[in-house]
Amino acid sequence: MALPELHLEKTADRNLRIVLTGEWTLANSLPSAQALEAVFSAGPEITRADFEASGLTGWDSGLLTFLISVMELCARRNVAVIRDGLPSGVNRLLALATAVPERQGARRGGAHVSFLERIGSAAIDLWRSLLEMVAFIGEAFTSLVRLLTGKARFRPSDLILTLQECSVDALPIVSLISLLVGLILAFIGAIQLKLFGAQIYVADLVGIGMVRAMGAIMTGIIMAGRTGAAFAARIGTMQVNEEIDALKTTGVSPTDFLVLPRILALSIMMPLLTIYADLMGIFGGFIVGVFGLDLSVAEYYQETIKAVGLTNVWIGLFSGFVYGILVAIAGCMRGMQCGRSASAVGDATTSAVVTSIVSIVVATAVITVLCNIMGI
Amino acid sequence: MAKEPHIIVQDLTMAYGSYVLQRDLTFTVNHGDVFIIMGGSGCGKSTLMRHLIGLKAPAKGAVFYGDVNFWGAEPVERDRMMRHFGVMYQSGALWSSLTLAENVALSLELYTTLKPAQIREIASLKLSLVGLAGFEDYYPSEISGGMKKRVGIARAMALDPEILFFDEPSAGLDPVSARLLDDLILELKESLGTTVVVVTHELASIFAIGNNSVFIDAAEKTMIATGHPKRLLEECAHPTVRNFLTRGEARAEVKAGERPTPCFLA
Repeated sequence: MALPELHLEKTADRNLRIVLTGEWTLANSLPSAQALEAVFSAGPEITRADFEASGLTGWDSGLLTFLISVMELCARRNVAVIRDGLPSGVNRLLALATAVPERQGARRGGAHVSFLERIGSAAIDLWRSLLEMVAFIGEAFTSLVRLLTGKARFRPSDLILTLQECSVDALPIVSLISLLVGLILAFIGAIQLKLFGAQIYVADLVGIGMVRAMGAIMTGIIMAGRTGAAFAARIGTMQVNEEIDALKTTGVSPTDFLVLPRILALSIMMPLLTIYADLMGIFGGFIVGVFGLDLSVAEYYQETIKAVGLTNVWIGLFSGFVYGILVAIAGCMRGMQCGRSASAVGDATTSAVVTSIVSIVVATAVITVLCNIMGI
Repeated sequence: MAKEPHIIVQDLTMAYGSYVLQRDLTFTVNHGDVFIIMGGSGCGKSTLMRHLIGLKAPAKGAVFYGDVNFWGAEPVERDRMMRHFGVMYQSGALWSSLTLAENVALSLELYTTLKPAQIREIASLKLSLVGLAGFEDYYPSEISGGMKKRVGIARAMALDPEILFFDEPSAGLDPVSARLLDDLILELKESLGTTVVVVTHELASIFAIGNNSVFIDAAEKTMIATGHPKRLLEECAHPTVRNFLTRGEARAEVKAGERPTPCFLA
């Protein structure tokens, strides 16, 4: 198989003959059109270029892209291109490619965006997303008011289904994670407390740690990854399928119909899941205490009861309730803001999880500081 | 029979942010019309429909239903008006978590005081009107694309609307199904007396069902023809319209620097 070769010959007066031989396919490495540039700039002025392709044994898109760059180069230098010497198939494809001129302004990208401009547009985007968030929360709130006045419309069966999705279906994973978190807390605590012979206080540590904070936080994070992401994906897909538009034109507020039942379901279920997670966590600590630290069952039980006051339980429950609302709002909001493509659904899901987790951590900090100020 | 205006669009400008899609759209849809919104791909046909059904506010201009300014009205009033529309979306846009019967029944549940059994009967009736009797308890994911479109029509008809909007009803259907869908639209229009607005670029459908139309053009960013599609085919000299209506057979060309006159047939 002959390799593709390019020869440039100056034939008649001011004429350049481009001789193509060999196999001009993408599988071979093709000569570049830059060679012409050198000829044009070097010698006496050339006004005309033609082709000699009798030695050409094969060609594909590689030849076409080469020819198009040759033609562009010649156009820039006002050199007339005579295409007669080319195979007829090549000629027809070239005619097709140049038949519709490039639409003005259609070409995109490549433009350099300065650093300042990027910071500026990021700031504007941030401000806009903040406004959207406030608007969404406002809308969810008015929708809640409509519910209380009996005007909001959603199907009770939707609420029940969502309740099930974010309660019973979540139990296995909540059990596993909380149990392990309880175990971990107990092990870490035991290392230090054993030094003083104060293993019994592992029960205090695990009890207070789980009930006051970790139970709610871990459940919140599980629900963010599990349920919040599912909300965003579900609502986002509905957005892509125009189902949200269909709701609007049917006269149903999508906030009432889709967002409200989800916020209700999560804010009802999160406190319950939190209690469950607390119990599982304490059970995890109990396993370590009884089997690893030789505490008796009764001892561990008594110490836990003594340490965990009702105040801690209330704080934990309140946190769980708040996280539930945050996760539901983040999931539904990202879903409703979703664009109209498959990748937008992916982005919405990711961003729902990120927003949920960030807001859970921020809310925890706020609650902790407030409790500290109030002295509880 | 004197024609009574049903939808009046006045100086409508559609824009996404600062990008103007179409400007100065002015046309009237009369009672009982099958009104076609046509134009090449990407010229803003579907966006125009979104303006008519209340999903996107115009950048300028107004849409009147009867003598009420749709976008100038209070949101509550607009919601009430929207209840008199039925919309069929391009891909059906059925609510995927509901069965076909529930899809049709939702608006009945919300806006009527009928008993569940009655609602179920009406939903079955509407489904049988579009040839889908017996499919009540299927989910949208279990039926074909053509069937989804027909359920979309059944859902749009649930509240016996005054105006039915169709977004590309025959797109993605084989010729026979597309023809059957056209017949269905005509049949429903004749028997229910509704006004029908259809967004489409299927020539066969345009000539088969349309009796009034507007042609919007992406290049000129405005409308370049209105009137009965068949009369436009005979009388309109605008090269873009001619090419469109003859599937490019006319080979008419816009000469550089020349602005052909639009054809607005009464």
